[in-house]
Amino acid sequence: MFNEFLQADMLISIFASAVRMGTIVLFAALGELIVERSGVLNLSVEGMMLTGALAGFLVGYFSESLWLGVVSAALAGMLISVIFALLAIVFQVDQTVSSLTVNIFAAGLTFFIYRTVFPDVGSQGTPNLVPFSALKIPYLSQIPVLGELLFSHHAMAYIALFMVLIIWFYLYRTKSGLILRTIGENPRAVDMKGISITLYRVSAVLFGGLMAGLAGSVITLGSAGVFVADITAGRGWLAIAIVIFGDWKPGRILWAALFFGFIDALQMQVQALGIKLPFQLFLAMPYIMTVIAVFLGRRRAGAPIALGTPYVRE
Amino acid sequence: MTDNVVVTPRNEAPPILAVEHLTKTFGSLVANDQVSFSVKQGHVHCLLGENGAGKSTLAKCIYGASRPDAGRIYFKGREVAFSSPRDAIRMGIGMVHQHFVLADPMNAVENIIVGEESTGALLNLQAEKKKIQALCEQYGIVLDLDTPVAQLSVGQQQWVEILKALYVSVDLLLLDEPTAVLTPQEVQSLFSIIGKMVIDGISVILITHKLHEVMNISNEVTILRKGKVVDTVPTRGNTKASLARLLVGRDFDFNVHKEKIDFGPPALEIKGLTVLRDNGSLALQDVSLNVRQGEILGLAGVSGNGQAELFETLVGVRKAEKGKIRFAGVEILKESTHNPEAIASLGLASVPQDRLRQGLIEEFTVQENLILGLQDSPSYSRGVSLNWKAIKSFASQAIQQFEIKTTGPLQPVGQLSGGNLQKVILAREVSKPIKVMVASSPSRGLDIGATYYVYSRFLELLRNGAGILMISEDLDEIFNISDRIAVIYNGRIMGVFDVHEVDRETIGLYMAGLEEHEHS
Ligand SMILES: Nc1ncnc2c1ncn2[C@@H]1O[C@H](COP(=O)(O)OP(=O)(O)O)[C@@H](O)[C@H]1O
Ligand SMILES: [Mg+2]
Repeated sequence: MFNEFLQADMLISIFASAVRMGTIVLFAALGELIVERSGVLNLSVEGMMLTGALAGFLVGYFSESLWLGVVSAALAGMLISVIFALLAIVFQVDQTVSSLTVNIFAAGLTFFIYRTVFPDVGSQGTPNLVPFSALKIPYLSQIPVLGELLFSHHAMAYIALFMVLIIWFYLYRTKSGLILRTIGENPRAVDMKGISITLYRVSAVLFGGLMAGLAGSVITLGSAGVFVADITAGRGWLAIAIVIFGDWKPGRILWAALFFGFIDALQMQVQALGIKLPFQLFLAMPYIMTVIAVFLGRRRAGAPIALGTPYVRE
Repeated sequence: MTDNVVVTPRNEAPPILAVEHLTKTFGSLVANDQVSFSVKQGHVHCLLGENGAGKSTLAKCIYGASRPDAGRIYFKGREVAFSSPRDAIRMGIGMVHQHFVLADPMNAVENIIVGEESTGALLNLQAEKKKIQALCEQYGIVLDLDTPVAQLSVGQQQWVEILKALYVSVDLLLLDEPTAVLTPQEVQSLFSIIGKMVIDGISVILITHKLHEVMNISNEVTILRKGKVVDTVPTRGNTKASLARLLVGRDFDFNVHKEKIDFGPPALEIKGLTVLRDNGSLALQDVSLNVRQGEILGLAGVSGNGQAELFETLVGVRKAEKGKIRFAGVEILKESTHNPEAIASLGLASVPQDRLRQGLIEEFTVQENLILGLQDSPSYSRGVSLNWKAIKSFASQAIQQFEIKTTGPLQPVGQLSGGNLQKVILAREVSKPIKVMVASSPSRGLDIGATYYVYSRFLELLRNGAGILMISEDLDEIFNISDRIAVIYNGRIMGVFDVHEVDRETIGLYMAGLEEHEHS
């Protein structure tokens, strides 16, 4: 069994699926990166992802258009992030409390909506749709090894990788990105130039919601094809941990996401091969990885100085 | 100090800025009361006033960072009412704030250009850097543009702040106490930069509470006292003494009259002390100092060079890695004595830098704070209960002596202003039987009258055989009352000097770490 496990094509398939798994959290982590760089600690990624997962699934299921589902997921994530933005930034409620509120709300809301739309789930079987299929890039996907690793994923995976570049460019090469980073370190420096801190932080949170929504849609539309309660299973938390592990830098966040995608893929492979490990261990995987990520990233050298502190003009 | 910066103002120029009857209140506190003054084009205009006089508030109103309740502001001959600093910046007003407003992990270029309208949506960092380098050359500023500003010295951070203002080509620059954190050499550089600005036609408002700076650089000076303008006078024709009279409101003798005291044996001995910061880096390396009975040892240095950690180790809240501290015949770094209570009971009094967080309990009343730590002494307690009558009479006396502005002994201390908080701590600390006093910037935030009262209490401690270690960034304070001066830089003692055998410039060089000196 272990021989089989170590075979080359098996490894390639694990790595390929690492990229797939990695991109789910990559969306959410990049969104959270922007939010945290603005100095806001949003711990409700999980709830925003869950909302996106459901919205994506419902719209995809009824419209039979996966892309319409993706767009709806992004909008739904953004919509629920409005609640967080209002609480945490406009009314300056403690950011942890605001996050908890949104997480609890999203968990309840998604379950409620799902059961309202599909009252007969269970007796009638779980509603499902056909998820995104792999987009094999002509010629490139034929290259041995690399072809399967890099050029045979569904469209959302390519978009996620492309987003790393866009986010990097935004943060380090644009005027607005520089303002955003400065707000995360010392909002007063920007306030004294007459630029609205609130506007920037609210926009960052909405973007974070959009990205978390997309991440949620990748779960339901990109692989699962179904929705079940708590389908995100801690990946929103993992995204936050990846931002820490990636030291608040886009490039390192990409590697961190791929690393944890690899562990995720590995555990699925182990499970698929029927290697006997308690299933609770697999359920606990995202949470264990979160602990590992925070532990490995504990130096927090790149943490924005004003992270988690509401801005009050003195 | 050194030569005046030569400034040749055009005499009949119209004012670039005129403020008329500006009033700004915070609740019941009137920070600016009907303030009127004007600044002539191309002049250096000082705003002189003690702490809390309302200088920063006035500057913020001019800059649009704060909105006045009443009054008019005319800039370049037009009435203006800025709703945000952006409006002021657009009109050509720049401001360097009293406390740095920098993003620590980012470099100087990023800090300077952030949010500037002249940069395009996409940044061209190379071009911006060139532009800033040109500015540096023009004003003779030497600055590393690539390292994170947190790693720059305090003086260099101040240049970044000034470049932020110059980058947008200002016509009027407000500088709010820019010299407070600078060494004498850096102050000189700053003044020569100001001189160049004036030649380029920039008008400057320089806020300060230091008389020699006013004399050194300004054309006119407006004196503020308790929110009101006392007068605006030309600098030429005035003296430090005449300005002091306007500042304080009465004749004032700035000399500390010290009688000759024969120094006794060491009251406090520090040997080979090595201490770490919270993050594990070295805060103090092999520090050795003696404070003799009857003397004030002034510890000069730019803040952040290990002073805070030295203070904390001395009062018993920070562990030492190596070394010895002896006082009152006891080696206090031992496990059993290295805690605040034991050390205080041996006769060490302390005035911390952050008075409200380290020295007082906000919710407690003035009288409770005045006997904090003394609650077990027989003067204030009877058995298990407190002798409130004795406490109250002690408190009333202290309030009077130190001129503490309070509604009375029962007011919660958190409601007092900064200067008055310091007075409460000082009143308490000097009332104890003291062998050693460790004071961190004892006069910061105090007005001149209170400062000299504190000094007179210090002299009394000396007469009673105590030794004083005074940690201060303010060279005026250091030179005013120290007997010897030690300089700390980067956690090391750079040298110890007799106050009569050293000048400010030399101390300034050591503070900047430019010379290492053998010390015994
Ligand atoms: N934001 C604020 N809220 C309440 N009181 C303030 C505020 N800013 C300043 N003050 C008070 O206004 C007075 C003047 O302060 P400030 O202008 O900072 O004086 P200065 O700069 O001359 O030392 C002080 O008593 C101060 O406590
Ligand atoms: Mg001030």
